[in-house]
Amino acid sequence: MSILTIIENWDGNFKKTSFESVSYGKHIADKLDSELFVITFGGENINKIKSYGGDKILNIININLEKDSNITIAKGCAELINKHEISTIIMSNTNMGKSIAPLLSSILDAGLITNAIDYPSNYESLTIKCKAFSSKAYAQYQSSFLKNIISIVPNSIGEVNEKEGQGEVIEINSESHIQNNKLTIQSRHKLSGKISLGDANIVVSAGRGLKSSENWNMIEELADILGAGTACSKPVSDMGWRPHSEHVGQTGLAINPELYIAIGISGAIQHLAGVSSSKNIVVINTDPDAPFFKSANYGIVGDAFDVVPKLIEVLKEHKN
Amino acid sequence: MNILVCISSVPDTTSPINFNDDNSNFDTSGITFIINPYDEFCLTKAIFIKEKTGALITVLNIGTQNSDAVLRKALAIGADKAVRINKEPSNSRIVSDLIADYCKKNEFDLIFCGRESIDYNGGKVPGFLAEKLDLPFINGCIGMEINGSTLETKREIDNGYEVCKSSIPTLIAGQKGLVEEKDLKIPSMRGIMTARTKPLEVIEPEIECKEKIEIVHFEKPIGRSECKLINDNEVEKLVDLLTNEAKVI
Repeated sequence: MSILTIIENWDGNFKKTSFESVSYGKHIADKLDSELFVITFGGENINKIKSYGGDKILNIININLEKDSNITIAKGCAELINKHEISTIIMSNTNMGKSIAPLLSSILDAGLITNAIDYPSNYESLTIKCKAFSSKAYAQYQSSFLKNIISIVPNSIGEVNEKEGQGEVIEINSESHIQNNKLTIQSRHKLSGKISLGDANIVVSAGRGLKSSENWNMIEELADILGAGTACSKPVSDMGWRPHSEHVGQTGLAINPELYIAIGISGAIQHLAGVSSSKNIVVINTDPDAPFFKSANYGIVGDAFDVVPKLIEVLKEHKN
Repeated sequence: MNILVCISSVPDTTSPINFNDDNSNFDTSGITFIINPYDEFCLTKAIFIKEKTGALITVLNIGTQNSDAVLRKALAIGADKAVRINKEPSNSRIVSDLIADYCKKNEFDLIFCGRESIDYNGGKVPGFLAEKLDLPFINGCIGMEINGSTLETKREIDNGYEVCKSSIPTLIAGQKGLVEEKDLKIPSMRGIMTARTKPLEVIEPEIECKEKIEIVHFEKPIGRSECKLINDNEVEKLVDLLTNEAKVI
């Protein structure tokens, strides 16, 4: 029985989470002394996957992640999983992973463990620690399925690039590539020139304390200097100051960057649900009683319009 | 048009999360249950469709009688009929199997589920259901237009969205964007009165659970150590701490 990781690319570039999930697959393959397969749908620099431990990289050339429907992609993967007698499948819990994993699980009659944040603690009956209750708790899931899909929370484990890869790349035409007319993708719209929130190591986020959408220039400038993604609180997206895709929190996106900087956000429990797994949290708020300070590593009680420009200046000097 | 909206009853967002029986069970004592917020966006969208073109909205819950309160609320804000399959929703597989079974016996043009429930956050039920019923699956749906029997939907992707086309019936896993927060409905007195006369049907489950995954242990995250406060005149100290202590910039 072998291990498989399914990875994603955007316009040919592998997502950061793809390297993380290949590393995760490699960890399991080593533990179980088995081969690591990787399924990719094209992508530039495929050889890079070898250095993360991919032994057999199956490049499905007639399925396109951006144009084909989720069910076509899932069926293409299922075909190879059956052919190569794969027992454990790893994906990243990105929007694509969330769309494909349950379909694949149902097709294969495989167990599905989503929101994994650690390596399995037991392999005989697969046991994994996962996020639950919107980061307010962890749950240990245990599976007695013969086949299992593990979907990992992006950025929760990190990537391990350690070796000269010996793997091989095999080009494959999937037989499952029958045009699925039930669902077609008409167009894709990407927010250009921005760092994807799920991929960002640092996220700069702001809330109602910024008073108006025009005041986001300094937030974007701060994010630029740090190479960070930008996010916002729910009220800000509700008022239309920022797009919904930037909303982090209970009904928005859940993220866990290395550093989360919250500016003018009080830290309501709904907001914390989306960001509390961030490794470091900095809170800048005028109100010393803002609940967010209780969940922060570092805090500045002060006015964003005073502190943020100063922070930008210091960081500029720091960079030089 | 026949619309099904699947509804979970979940702990209110602000509820304290505690566990009992040696950290193997979620402690529901003192918890207020609400309609899963993602499901509520879907229900509201269904009500908009009903108001515009006419539709019959059925809300379906897999649960015990503890769920009746959220079903009554769904009826009060505009659903026409509520159905509860009397089974503890102990995992995603049994829930999706029971919903699929119900959908095979009743015909629906649109099936809505929330993208995930805010308790276990699994996000599995909609995909399981779509595959079982062989329906087009729009996960993370943030917009939808109906044109006759054609659907144009917007689906969230990482850092953007895509526009999809499918035909009725389609399975929609919705989230905010499908409708906005301000569109959510609060039950009116009249709605609550009318809800009492609407049907709430309870069905006994007819299939067995095939799930082989269980939760064996819960734990709570370790809290952060105390927040280090930095004077607003000494911003350089923050940069220093982030560089040398946290080592993140």
